[in-house]
Amino acid sequence: MSGRPADGHRPVLLGVRHHGPGSARAVRAALERCAPAAVLIEGPSEADALVPLAARDGMRPPVALLAHVEDDPGRAAFWPLAEFSPEWVALRWALEHDVPVRFIDLPAAHSLAMTQDDGTPGEETPGEGTPGEGTPGEDTPDGAAPGPADVRVDPIRALAETAGYDDPERWWEDVIEHRGAGGTTTGGAHTETDPLAPFTALAEAMAALREAYGDGGHHHDPLREAHMRLRLRAARKEFGDDVAVVCGAWHVPALAHRTTVAADRQLLKGLPKAKVAMTWVPWTHQRLSRHSGYGAGIASPGWYGHLFSAPDRPVERWLTKVAGVLREEDYAVSSAHVIEAVRLAEGLATVRGRPLAGLTELDDAIRAVMGDGTDAPSSLIHDRLVVGEVLGQVPDDAPAVPLQRDLTRSQRTLRLKPEALERERELDLRKDTDAARSRLLHRLRLLGIPWGEPAHSRGSTGTFRETWRLRWEPELAVRVAEAGIWGTTVHAAATAKATTEAIGATSLAEVTALAEHCLLAELPDALPVVMRALADRAALDTDVGHLAQALPALVRSVRYGDVRGTDATALRDVATGLAERVFVGLPPACLGLDADGAADLRGHLDATHRAVALLAQEETPPQPPAGPHTAHRTGPPARPADLRARWATVLRSLSERDTVPGLLRGRATRLLLDEGALADGGAERLMGLALSPGTAPTDAAGWIEGFLGGGDSGDGGMLLVHDARLLALLDGWLTGVPDTAFTDVLPLLRRTFAAYEAGVRRTLGELVRRGPTTTAAGPAHPADTDAPGFGPGLDRDRAAAVLPTLRLLLGLGQYGFDDLTEVAS
Amino acid sequence: MSENTDQTTHDTAGHDPARPAAAAPDTGGGEALRPHAEDTFADELKALAAADDRPRPERWRLSPWAVATYLLGGTLADGTVITPKYVGPRRIVEVAVTTLATDRALLLLGVPGTAKTWVSEHLAAAVSGDSTLLVQGTAGTPEEAIRYGWNYAQLLANGPSRDALVPSPVMRAMAHGMTARVEELTRIPADVQDTLITVLSEKTLPIPELGQEVQAVRGFNLIATANDRDRGVNELSSALRRRFNTVVLPLPATPDEEVDIVSRRVGQIGRSLDLPPAPEGLDEIRRVVTVFRELRDGLTTDGRTKLKSPSGTLSTAEAISVVTNGLALATHFGDGVLRSGDVAAGILGAVVRDPAADRVIWQEYLETVVRERDGWKDFYRACREVSA
Repeated sequence: MSGRPADGHRPVLLGVRHHGPGSARAVRAALERCAPAAVLIEGPSEADALVPLAARDGMRPPVALLAHVEDDPGRAAFWPLAEFSPEWVALRWALEHDVPVRFIDLPAAHSLAMTQDDGTPGEETPGEGTPGEGTPGEDTPDGAAPGPADVRVDPIRALAETAGYDDPERWWEDVIEHRGAGGTTTGGAHTETDPLAPFTALAEAMAALREAYGDGGHHHDPLREAHMRLRLRAARKEFGDDVAVVCGAWHVPALAHRTTVAADRQLLKGLPKAKVAMTWVPWTHQRLSRHSGYGAGIASPGWYGHLFSAPDRPVERWLTKVAGVLREEDYAVSSAHVIEAVRLAEGLATVRGRPLAGLTELDDAIRAVMGDGTDAPSSLIHDRLVVGEVLGQVPDDAPAVPLQRDLTRSQRTLRLKPEALERERELDLRKDTDAARSRLLHRLRLLGIPWGEPAHSRGSTGTFRETWRLRWEPELAVRVAEAGIWGTTVHAAATAKATTEAIGATSLAEVTALAEHCLLAELPDALPVVMRALADRAALDTDVGHLAQALPALVRSVRYGDVRGTDATALRDVATGLAERVFVGLPPACLGLDADGAADLRGHLDATHRAVALLAQEETPPQPPAGPHTAHRTGPPARPADLRARWATVLRSLSERDTVPGLLRGRATRLLLDEGALADGGAERLMGLALSPGTAPTDAAGWIEGFLGGGDSGDGGMLLVHDARLLALLDGWLTGVPDTAFTDVLPLLRRTFAAYEAGVRRTLGELVRRGPTTTAAGPAHPADTDAPGFGPGLDRDRAAAVLPTLRLLLGLGQYGFDDLTEVAS
Repeated sequence: MSENTDQTTHDTAGHDPARPAAAAPDTGGGEALRPHAEDTFADELKALAAADDRPRPERWRLSPWAVATYLLGGTLADGTVITPKYVGPRRIVEVAVTTLATDRALLLLGVPGTAKTWVSEHLAAAVSGDSTLLVQGTAGTPEEAIRYGWNYAQLLANGPSRDALVPSPVMRAMAHGMTARVEELTRIPADVQDTLITVLSEKTLPIPELGQEVQAVRGFNLIATANDRDRGVNELSSALRRRFNTVVLPLPATPDEEVDIVSRRVGQIGRSLDLPPAPEGLDEIRRVVTVFRELRDGLTTDGRTKLKSPSGTLSTAEAISVVTNGLALATHFGDGVLRSGDVAAGILGAVVRDPAADRVIWQEYLETVVRERDGWKDFYRACREVSA
């Protein structure tokens, strides 16, 4: 059986490997030779109307044909085309020679409708059901046909295994892609001698395969192929027999197969149909590569592009390019390195019995010669060259992207009209519509479409309310078009963008902010990736400051997650992990600091303290939101308390370590005191130690600033007013400071005390003037040290007098004293 | 050829480096304690040479493909089984072999215990049929070890002449187009290292005293090994570095492989120290290996959590010593069963090399990974105890 029908030379069936540069080159040579009257390309027939756009100046591959169901943009399929795709080459050839182009595959109207019938969830898999991607054997990428996926065969793999290769990609590269670039081919024929020879050979191989495997489990293939045959017949009627078909090699035998029109029509009868729209969208090399999650793809688009565009000596040219990139990154790479790398790569190819050094050989050579055996340059080269950072472009007048349609649809259902006039909107997140509106606005912000800006709520400050300032500016439409590259719906696009940003983020704070965003925008699919990135950054960040900075935002996110009813278990785990790292890293970080460093760390200390308190509170959220989602609270219940106890241990070790600056020791002591975590008289003991005569006066003053200075935990002045022993200690120390040192400590003390309220300052002054009467009182009543500075025992009458007012304030019942104590504590 | 030996080669007296691989070992009649690779595997080399029909670089005993097969093992067409000498990635061996066929010398890097010397010996044996042209690098390696020395009796009696010259292994390899080996290149002082630059770039060794030179003939190349973590001891000058293609020999790829290596070595060492075998300790060995691997890779075994890596090597060799130590502790002070308490202190010592940075890394690891792990409670407690 031959790739061509028996009746001579025409039509020409050019079986290719999608995205194969060798195939692309061969296609061009074949087209030059045959000069067909029309070119038929495997691709959805609706794309015929979009062909002229491909000739425009503004069109630069990689681009993709995008088809989506008109009223459901989430159901979409892409047919990506790179510069080195045979289909693109054929398209350009036809446009340059004014030859008509027809896309002959099953219309997207049917294929999209069928994926729907298959039960394939459209929205989450925008790249699936794309009959233009991958190797010929993987025409419909993974997941599009969930049922019989396991019985599918990969024809190229079968061929490669027959040829004794373990990797089908390498086999294809050796036999097809590298031909014409100086290697020998299996048939011994050269592209120059007969451009059609490789296609004939490949068609024969495929025919043999298809005889063995039938349709290989692609159950849509018979339909698609019937449609292709029909279109081929129509084209022959219109343009004569002189037409060329560019399609996946797998389909060639089916197209050459003789069937009746009636039989093909019968097959296509009664197919489901959807109303679809089609457009060109820009594509990127990253998305062509298989790492991007778009089902089947190619691992090395940059390398393929190079193979396609390099006129000769691809190995030398590639390594020169590599050397250029490495030099930019300050690697010392000389021409001698390039020469040696070329030799090594070619030597390796010989040892491995390949016609030409491939990517594997080049990678090995780069590692051994240019990278001193390390991976760093290789991974750099992989990102920059092997995959490449190429971004395609489409003309401005290409039809609108589905993202815009999806946005319009959401705007309609949420009754949120785009208006140029700025207006404020209050959203109550407990209402479904408002919550959906908030989500939409957050997602748009994530996509760089700042339609709404969050504003501070004027009325309530509760977490259930959000205030947005909305304003639709005309250029936002452009932003929407730009964001179209991320996906076809706002949700999918925001998810894709968040994921990408999380992977690319450089600082911990960036990822934390992103995590917060993801929760607000409710992107549960992006959250795992963001969490992963967050955990990784946290694990590798050695600066406790960064960790401590990230912690509050993260804890806040945990709380938002609770309010909005999203499951924030993962988030809480990460936050707890982050807290642990802060605990471990904080004590060493507090050593050997200057004044500024200590002041910075004091801020972190406070922030961590607050965050830990919030995190520990998680057990009983203050206002559980309505709805059933709060029920599944997981995690061991002992954990938050555990966390708190460990934090107290850290603080204690800080407060007692002499090498820690006074400011931090004082702060730690204060936090412990506020927590009630200090043992009886602990604060006095520590203060006594800190203010003992041996201590340098400035250090002692620092301690006082830390202990008594204004922080978030409130004014230290009241503490002094009520704890006479502390005041006495302070007083004693101050009077003992030598004259020479007094001028040094004065600014510090002033800074501390100046922040107190006027009333507190006056009371303090009065207390001090009254003299150290209470110094003896402290130790005299050891039993009452729970409330230092107060008289012995509880004066029940006086306490009871306050209660009615307190009840009123708290809105409690007449006899709610027990409740009261509970709440008050 | 000189009849003299020099201080860096041990048993090459009267030894013609160009002798065929299958020739009888030159050990003076007695049974060598450890025969050279080319003698131990003489049969395999002979079978490979017979079956090898691929092009061979000049003066190579085998084609590069056959050398790779010799190292990685395989079965020849005539049924001869070639035992694998090196278990590891095929790519690495191919790069190493191919490098020897190019202009550049080969530098094998790796942490201790990654079979650098072993690979270098077998490469030399397969390529040149002789693995004995060896310079052992030490802090005291003199220039003569790489260039040439003098037989002073001859020198005083007859004046400088080629007869009074004692060639180094490198010089002999150059003259005969063979593979020379330099062990622990980075331990050699920098000025002595640089002697190699002329040898590797000009492929010649001048003898100014005689106004002569020894030019390398085709087939000459050099394999150097160096310890990855000892970089900086005598860092190679970039001029020298440029003459080498670098191949990093990796640590064992899978935990099972490493556990196997560790328990086997521990068994061997234990016998020589009269420690009882510890089959019950396999769990503990696995734990030590897991801890080492995780900290080394900066990633937990489940691939879920990233970790900071401490400054120490944490090589397989160190895991072996931790376990051996633990075993000794268990035998002499415990109940003879290797427990977490016995290895905890050893691990701490191996991990915490830099008291400030490494301690934090270790604590973080303990708190975020070990504490959460099922069945690791006792280990966590033991580690906390010794870390406090």
